[in-house]
Amino acid sequence: MAIELKMPALSPTMEQGTLAKWLKAEGDRIEPGDIIAEIETDKATMEFEAIDEGVLEKILVPAGTEDVAVGAVIALIAGEGEAAAPAAAPVAAPAPAPAPAPVPAPKAEKPVSAPAAQDPAIPSGTNLVSTTVREALRDAMAEEMRRDPRVFVMGEEVAEYQGAYKVTQGLLAEFGPKRVIDTPITEYGFAGIGAGAAMGGLRPIVEFMTFNFAMQAIDHIINSAAKTNYMSGGQMRCPIVFRGPNGAASRVGAQHSQNYGPWYASVPGLIVIAPYDAADAKGLMKAAIRSDDPVVFLENELVYGRTYDVPDMDDYVLPIGKARIMREGKDVTIVSYSIGVGMALEAAATLAGEGIEAEVIDLRTLRPLDKQAVLTSLAKTNRLVVAEEGWPTCSIASEIIAICMEEGFDHLDAPVMRVCNEDVPLPYAANLEKLALIDAARIAEAARKVCYR
Amino acid sequence: MAKQPAKPPVAAKKSASAADESDFILHSLQAAFEAKKRYAASDAEMMEFYRQMLLIRRFEEKAGQLYGLGLIGGFCHLYIGQEAVAIGLQSALDNERDSVITGYRDHGHMLAYGIDPKVIMAELTGREAGISKGKGGSMHMFSTEHKFYGGHGIVGAQVALGGGLALAHQYNNDGGLCLAYFGDGAANQGQVYETFNMAALWNLPIVFVVEDNQYAMGTASSRSSAETRFHRRGTAFRIPGMEVNGMDVLEVRAAAEVAFAHVRAGKGPVLMECNTYRYRGHSMSDPAKYRTREEVQEQREHHDPIEGLKKTLIENGKTEDELKAIDKAIRAEVAASADFAESSPEPGAAELYTDVLVGEY
Repeated sequence: MAIELKMPALSPTMEQGTLAKWLKAEGDRIEPGDIIAEIETDKATMEFEAIDEGVLEKILVPAGTEDVAVGAVIALIAGEGEAAAPAAAPVAAPAPAPAPAPVPAPKAEKPVSAPAAQDPAIPSGTNLVSTTVREALRDAMAEEMRRDPRVFVMGEEVAEYQGAYKVTQGLLAEFGPKRVIDTPITEYGFAGIGAGAAMGGLRPIVEFMTFNFAMQAIDHIINSAAKTNYMSGGQMRCPIVFRGPNGAASRVGAQHSQNYGPWYASVPGLIVIAPYDAADAKGLMKAAIRSDDPVVFLENELVYGRTYDVPDMDDYVLPIGKARIMREGKDVTIVSYSIGVGMALEAAATLAGEGIEAEVIDLRTLRPLDKQAVLTSLAKTNRLVVAEEGWPTCSIASEIIAICMEEGFDHLDAPVMRVCNEDVPLPYAANLEKLALIDAARIAEAARKVCYR
Repeated sequence: MAKQPAKPPVAAKKSASAADESDFILHSLQAAFEAKKRYAASDAEMMEFYRQMLLIRRFEEKAGQLYGLGLIGGFCHLYIGQEAVAIGLQSALDNERDSVITGYRDHGHMLAYGIDPKVIMAELTGREAGISKGKGGSMHMFSTEHKFYGGHGIVGAQVALGGGLALAHQYNNDGGLCLAYFGDGAANQGQVYETFNMAALWNLPIVFVVEDNQYAMGTASSRSSAETRFHRRGTAFRIPGMEVNGMDVLEVRAAAEVAFAHVRAGKGPVLMECNTYRYRGHSMSDPAKYRTREEVQEQREHHDPIEGLKKTLIENGKTEDELKAIDKAIRAEVAASADFAESSPEPGAAELYTDVLVGEY
């Protein structure tokens, strides 16, 4: 019976890829270890190696096909003793029918992500360009590096490898090794070197492969970067951006899955930004690099590959500390940030079908927090839910609730509810991981509750 | 507490090629230093070293008094006994280009720049006129005007930050170097070695100085460090080491000349160990139960950096009266700084909220 070759996943978060090239033709003999094809994702090009022996009987997905879903059958190998006759296709009949055409992976959340409310920073009539969050971040860094020779990037695998998550792709080629610096795996050390370089007048962008590893460096983020200006009576600054993916990725277990938003947002002297879509990622990254203050810029791996409209403007810089109304509504406010915004929008779409008009607010900046945006929306809807992909205790959600109690009490028609991850280290098992993380259904349910529906 | 004498060098590994060995002469700087171990200072230079060391001594004595009176709070780490290190090294800097960073025992390094003792003392007493507006305190003082970058309270953090200052010198191609001080205690922090690695890897213009005052807080070097000959600790990163008597300002200065020339020639970092001694406790709240009075007395009587230089000056024809006049002037200057620090107002309440962020958001 023929062996099915399936589109491989090259990373924990890969959902689809391009079948770039076949290195074997139909009828070729295949030995284990042979390279059969090249697979491309937005992050990397990988060789697809055979583990079975036989004859390549049928190629089902031609070279050059884009958006091939992980798990789709791309070829059949005839095993030992099987005829590789072209007419032998029926042999495969008992197996699930091979997909005649590649199955494009669903573009998650794309349908609901179109902002109902236009960001005020974009002049009407501006041309919008489809851009991934990954590209938007890269473009922002590249633009700022062109603009200011003091800006440079350092971190693990940022240069020759083109970024562990490909966020720094192409920067080495344009700016050279002086400004795109590969560091050893030594977070505490290079965070300190970055902070020192900022004190010395440069504008470093320090990439952490993920913010989980920044725990090794948190002393420099907080004690060196955040406190310098105050301790020196305004004399010594530390204009630095610490950036990288934050929050849960996919199936990487407890040590690699954590949202540090609340940690950093509790520290005076820091700016903390956690954008959701590509336009905000770009506009806020540019603002972060220009800021004279130390910025912690929290990205999300699961969002890197998503595509959104980015305004085609020469210099798209957004204000730090301003929330954005992602969708207007009158019945209930859902406050979120980062990946939670997509889920909140999805929940809002569901609720709309039930006659509940939810207003979705993306905080975008966690410190300084745009209290006024939250309170204004609360005054309008009188009901509020906070959705946060992170633990509940001492969270941004806790903070929003405190703000609503202290400054919005008279506007509340129901207790504020928070939808957060379960209060446990993130498990590895797929089913448990799903149970631990927030989703749109839970957000919608909380919204119904505060609406007494 | 005295260190073991150097062991005979271990035979070179047979596998190392001859070329590799000749490239990797970690002792070359020490050899150059040994060849001319005392800086040939002019009379004027020597008098200035004397004046500066004495200023630190008298300033610190006064700070100790003010602490005892409750005018200085929190932690206060005095530099008494270690004066020759800061003066010997910093007198060799090019202040137009070079930067300095140190830990929390930082009063002496600031005075070495000639920064007005008044604004330093006023910082110690937490007054608005202090160099950090009273918001930094003894451990957190900076003068970006002088390229003095602190004043850092986390043990060892200044080493990585110093690596960053050196990176900025290299990036800007300004010809400057960074002088990064740390103690024998900080020498056991992991980030120090992370920084050594990158500094050597990237050929950064930095001189790492271990001020080995024999005690990491209350723990003797030999009880906290497997290798107490700290200049050897760069070997694994191919950083040449130097071993210097930190109680002799002329020796420190001679070592500085060798180290700075190496770094300025683009040859990468140097690790210098200055063996010194702190007469006072780690901080003002140190009961000093970990060493004997006799040990401290022995250092004071036989190794004091100021008395040592005084001897040389007298030998060179200076008179006791001339030196006394210097002391008198310094005492007056320090007393004035103490008066200023005591009588200056505390920061206004509004200062609580300033300087948290630079920008407005």
